[in-house]
Amino acid sequence: MPTEILMPALSPTMEEGTLAKWMVKEGDTVSSGDILAEIETDKATMEFEAVDEGTIGKILIEEGTEGVKVNTPIAVLLEEGESADDIGAVSAAPEADKAEADAEEAPAAAEAPAASAPAEVKSKASPDWPEGTEMREQTVREALRDAMAEEMRADTNVYVMGEEVAEYQGAYKVTQGLLDEFGPKRVVDTPITEHGFAGLAVGAAFGGLKPIVEFMTFNFAMQAIDQIINSAAKTLYMSGGQMGAPMVFRGPNGAAARVGAQHSQDYAAWYAHIPGLKVVMPYSAADAKGLLKQAIRDPNPVIFLENEILYGRSFEVPVLEDFTIPFGKARIWREGTDVTIVSFGIGMQYALEAADKLADEGISAEVIDLRTLRPIDYDTVLASVMKTNRCVTVEEGFPVGSIGNHLSATIMERAFDYLDAPVINCTGKDVPMPYAANLEKHALVTTDEVIAAVKKVTYR
Amino acid sequence: MATRKSAAKPNVSADELKTYYHDMLLIRRFEEKAGQLYGMGLIGGFCHLYIGQEAVVVGLEAAAEEGDKRVTSYRDHGHMLACGMDPNGVMAELTGREGGYSKGKGGSMHMFSKEKHFYGGHGIVGAQVPIGTGLAFADKYLGNDRVSFAYFGDGAANQGQVYESFNMAAIWKLPVIFVIENNQYAMGTAQKRSTSSAEIYKRGEPFGIPGQLVDGMDVLAVKEAGEKAVAHCRSGEGPYILEVKTYRYRGHSMSDPAKYRTREEVQNMREKHDPIEHIRQMLIEGKHATEDDLKEIDKTIKDIVNKSADFAKESPEPALEELWTDIYADEIPQHNA
Repeated sequence: MPTEILMPALSPTMEEGTLAKWMVKEGDTVSSGDILAEIETDKATMEFEAVDEGTIGKILIEEGTEGVKVNTPIAVLLEEGESADDIGAVSAAPEADKAEADAEEAPAAAEAPAASAPAEVKSKASPDWPEGTEMREQTVREALRDAMAEEMRADTNVYVMGEEVAEYQGAYKVTQGLLDEFGPKRVVDTPITEHGFAGLAVGAAFGGLKPIVEFMTFNFAMQAIDQIINSAAKTLYMSGGQMGAPMVFRGPNGAAARVGAQHSQDYAAWYAHIPGLKVVMPYSAADAKGLLKQAIRDPNPVIFLENEILYGRSFEVPVLEDFTIPFGKARIWREGTDVTIVSFGIGMQYALEAADKLADEGISAEVIDLRTLRPIDYDTVLASVMKTNRCVTVEEGFPVGSIGNHLSATIMERAFDYLDAPVINCTGKDVPMPYAANLEKHALVTTDEVIAAVKKVTYR
Repeated sequence: MATRKSAAKPNVSADELKTYYHDMLLIRRFEEKAGQLYGMGLIGGFCHLYIGQEAVVVGLEAAAEEGDKRVTSYRDHGHMLACGMDPNGVMAELTGREGGYSKGKGGSMHMFSKEKHFYGGHGIVGAQVPIGTGLAFADKYLGNDRVSFAYFGDGAANQGQVYESFNMAAIWKLPVIFVIENNQYAMGTAQKRSTSSAEIYKRGEPFGIPGQLVDGMDVLAVKEAGEKAVAHCRSGEGPYILEVKTYRYRGHSMSDPAKYRTREEVQNMREKHDPIEHIRQMLIEGKHATEDDLKEIDKTIKDIVNKSADFAKESPEPALEELWTDIYADEIPQHNA
């Protein structure tokens, strides 16, 4: 029976891709290992190889087609003795029907809040740029790249270093194009040597440069954490203000998808603990851009925590020659009266989804994105809690010593009399990240948990 | 210990010899005074004395030029004095006073001077090695011909980040001299118990970094090796390793009874290999200086050290407001690139 060739998943977070080019045509004989097509993910263009041998009976998806979902049949492979006439057997099969139906429904599906796609959100006018500013859609990934490129154009002492940042164009494509524009002196591929290059960059900062250190993920920065904390964060103080480390440590942080316990940790609370560091964890593309530009200009070491799942997400970004977002200013994504939901980074996805669903049930949630965790905008949180009298915090990190714990303590100290219910912290579970899909989903914070917490504090 | 080839025919002027004698003796007397103040409770915490190792840093500073950079570990008082930092500021930092280099907030292990291109003073064993490599990275990036000295001990030579640094310095041809001050004990662990090969200077070989063994009790031998290393780095040839064999007379820190070595071993080094006595003999035997000349130098140093101790005692403790300053910079620090 003819075999369907399915659109492959080529990265842990890939849900769909572009079938960039067919390397075979109908009637071609292929054997295992032959390259069938080039497939473009949001991270890279990859060659897709044949697993079985046979003849290409039919090409189902034309080259150049965008948004082809993983597992969609893209071609049919005929075994020896089969002909194109046998293909009907495939399309009549129930699985194929389902695939076609899925394809037709694709646009609708994109709008529905899938597990890792947020509901569309409407932000109110931003205080971060003038009213009437032209906006355009941009992914978080592109926004980060543009922020670095703009700052590198403005200051020749800004440079990027890290694993695969140059010739590979970034393990997650965030530094794409920078090597071409700025050359290998300023876009520096390092050996796999996190402790070493973090320390080297601290020395370079002492020596007058403004390094941007990319960690392939912050999980690997644990190898370098001594240099980040003991050398970068503390030197200004230890030197009585004589010298410090003006630099940015950036990269994806937190869970991606199915990458297991050693690649999934959220370090927000760890770094937020340290005096001498500034800590940024953006959610939207506009914030990613404005905050990264601010981070590069900041004369202190800045920890810039990105998220792999958010890299491909698009947001409106202001079209401005230059804009930055100051540290320590939270953003109110939606106003509400019944409860304050405070989050940051990818936690905002759950906060906003929960707020949408709660609105349907008549509960009005105010959603605050902290954006920076050091400094932290206590005033905005406290003002909101004094208005709503209830608070739920949302983050993906571990529960003990979490940002939510710290906010709870602050609210208790400074707004105790305004509280009508205890603050609830929604966090990741107190377990190493499991691999199994169902377990992983439960290990992370969920929208349902946020909704349940809000109902608890509002006594619904 | 390598033999002292330099003693026979010093290739330096009498004035230079006297300068080295002065600088080494200053470090020794300063450290002795620091030990004294520690005993009086005026200096607290950790205090790692450099006595016995003076020729290393004085010899290498003699090979350095204005603008060259240096970074070292926590045994750092000697390096600061040798690069010209003010003894008053160093001693007052040891006593934790406002007049100290870090306003009393750094202590013995954490002092810095932009003016003298001294980048610390680092308390985590080995951490200064990538930092020194990064200083060299900055200089190469900025296109100047400065050289950086990254000092570390035989103990730090077993830290992984040292080899991470060797690798990066080699692939990017960075102008950094890795100075291994081998005083033969990593705290209380003798080199043969901690280090797989006796020849640490050869550890750069797999990275293509030339290395050289140097008699660290002979200031002229150190200077000569330093000049060779500096010339190598400054001409764009990349990093260089100097393993400088030396000996610390005192314990690892003030609280170390040094039971891991015999009294005889220490006595032997002091009596037969002392770097200051060595240069003193050279001055006298070569008739470059008289006993009176040297007494004059001794007296000058005694004055400097006593003044630094007075300053360190009289300087007030930092104001309590200082607790809350220098955590964040408001503007990018000026650099001396």
